[in-house]
Amino acid sequence: MERAVVAGAVAIGAAAAIAPALPSYPLTLLTQAAIVAILAMSLDILLGYTGLASLGHAAYFGVAAYAVGILATEHRVGFLGCLVAALLLATATAALFGLLAIRATGTYFLMITLALGMLVWGLAFRWVSLTKGDNGIAGVPRPELGLPWSLLAPLPFFYFALVCTTIAWVALGVLARSPFGLTLKGIRESETRMRALGYDVWLHKYVAFVIAGLFSGFAGVLWAYYNGFVSPIDVQLVTSVETLLMVALGGPGTLAGPALGAVVIVFLKNFVSVYTKRWLLILGAVYIGAILFAPRGLLGAFGRSPR
Amino acid sequence: MTAEFWITQAFNGLSYGALLFLVASGLSLIFGVMRIVNLAHGSYFMLGGYVGLSVMWRVESFPLALAVGALAIALVGVGMERFFLRRLPGQTLGQVLLTIGFALIFQDLALLIWGGDPYSVRVPVSLTGVVTAGALRFPVYRIFILAVAVVVGAGLWLALDRTRVGAMIRAAVDDAEMAQGVGIRVPTVSLAVFALGSALAAVGGVIGSGFLGVYPGLDFEILPYAFVVVIVGGLGSLPGAMVGSLLVGLLDNFGKALFPELSYFTLFAPMAVILALKPTGLFGRA
Repeated sequence: MERAVVAGAVAIGAAAAIAPALPSYPLTLLTQAAIVAILAMSLDILLGYTGLASLGHAAYFGVAAYAVGILATEHRVGFLGCLVAALLLATATAALFGLLAIRATGTYFLMITLALGMLVWGLAFRWVSLTKGDNGIAGVPRPELGLPWSLLAPLPFFYFALVCTTIAWVALGVLARSPFGLTLKGIRESETRMRALGYDVWLHKYVAFVIAGLFSGFAGVLWAYYNGFVSPIDVQLVTSVETLLMVALGGPGTLAGPALGAVVIVFLKNFVSVYTKRWLLILGAVYIGAILFAPRGLLGAFGRSPR
Repeated sequence: MTAEFWITQAFNGLSYGALLFLVASGLSLIFGVMRIVNLAHGSYFMLGGYVGLSVMWRVESFPLALAVGALAIALVGVGMERFFLRRLPGQTLGQVLLTIGFALIFQDLALLIWGGDPYSVRVPVSLTGVVTAGALRFPVYRIFILAVAVVVGAGLWLALDRTRVGAMIRAAVDDAEMAQGVGIRVPTVSLAVFALGSALAAVGGVIGSGFLGVYPGLDFEILPYAFVVVIVGGLGSLPGAMVGSLLVGLLDNFGKALFPELSYFTLFAPMAVILALKPTGLFGRA
């Protein structure tokens, strides 16, 4: 067993064990962190394993969140219907965007994903008859899973989120260790070499892009249920960049690292904003500090190469 | 839809495109020389507007507001390049995160200094008023913006195409390593281009504050427009920035007028089509 896998399993176990003892505020933060961790891990498939820095990863998260928001409030669709519809929509969006973005490399890829992300934000913001614009969609009910516990209470919902995060972590971990995942790593290291070896580089990147979109959408579904509210903030550029920061901070290409990055940023953000209104100033400094002083991420900063 | 509607909207679109050109030409040049995706470029636009505003409050001189705004933001840009971005050569992701960090800091500082209320710069009386031609009405200020963009565009083109410094910049855009090899001080060129680019964005901000106003969030509002211009036109290309600005200005205006709910879609969808056909943009080279 790799150290990161053991550490991840221990962290999940520990979170599950201490959750009942936590007051509700830290518990909701932990729930938030668990959901955002899925988003960060999905981006890690692109950034860490394939070497593609996407600046529009919140798009699929947002598309799925909006799908749940609209279906669950206006059409009273149940959990399973919402989940399937939202995942399909997020995956379809990623499949479409991937066609445009994957052709580009490096900086072009970055700028195209940024613009595509802004497109989704623009629709969320301006397509008022569908999305309620800036007001957002409020009153998304917690899902009914047919379990004996109601997910309305913070603790059951936390366990629900934690189970989902674990599923996503295992699934992405299996993917990363599969021949497909190893090929992605090969593409990250040298695209030309992989092409010379006969691999279909475009197809591998494209599939990775779509899978990352799917899991980003999965996080979006949970987020809509957790927050009960979906707004353009969920799809804005800053959300995409914050996710990049989580991955970069945690150490790209490790899955557990970006999840840790998500936990750190969620807690930092919420704790700091309790004490000061100058939260953005501090977040900005975190970005700059992280890049200048821990360029290989927190895991990398402790001297171990993430590869 | 009368002919007047089309002419008025086209005029509004062109003048907005002219404003975008001021922002996007700098972004494109900076990218061309340094391959940096500067997410703080919208902040330069907003900060320029705010600095111009403060100057206008104290001395009521529009030219001085332009000069001080451009100078102050050029210093900000130079500081970012010299002390931070230069430490991360070739690290695209690091540069992006660094510039977004600065963008967040600038946003918060602007909120701290100028507060959350929207302001607009009072433009000189000579630039107010309307030129009428039959039933058509053209605000003088928008004509002024077009004129500034034409002058700046022509100046940039002459400088890049006809002067020694321009040749050095073009050499650095084409192949920085080779330019370094033939004795061009690429770091100095980079610094100068960064100063020029941020100053142009600030000039855009001061001028733009005359009709858009200045308010928190303006930075991230203008940024995607500048990016679309650069993507459509081609990274590092001045003609690309010109054509791209006009195209984006027109698309945005007609989109907002004809399909208000889908107005971002009408902006980004043509961009996607152009990219699908020509991934490096209209004038870009691979």
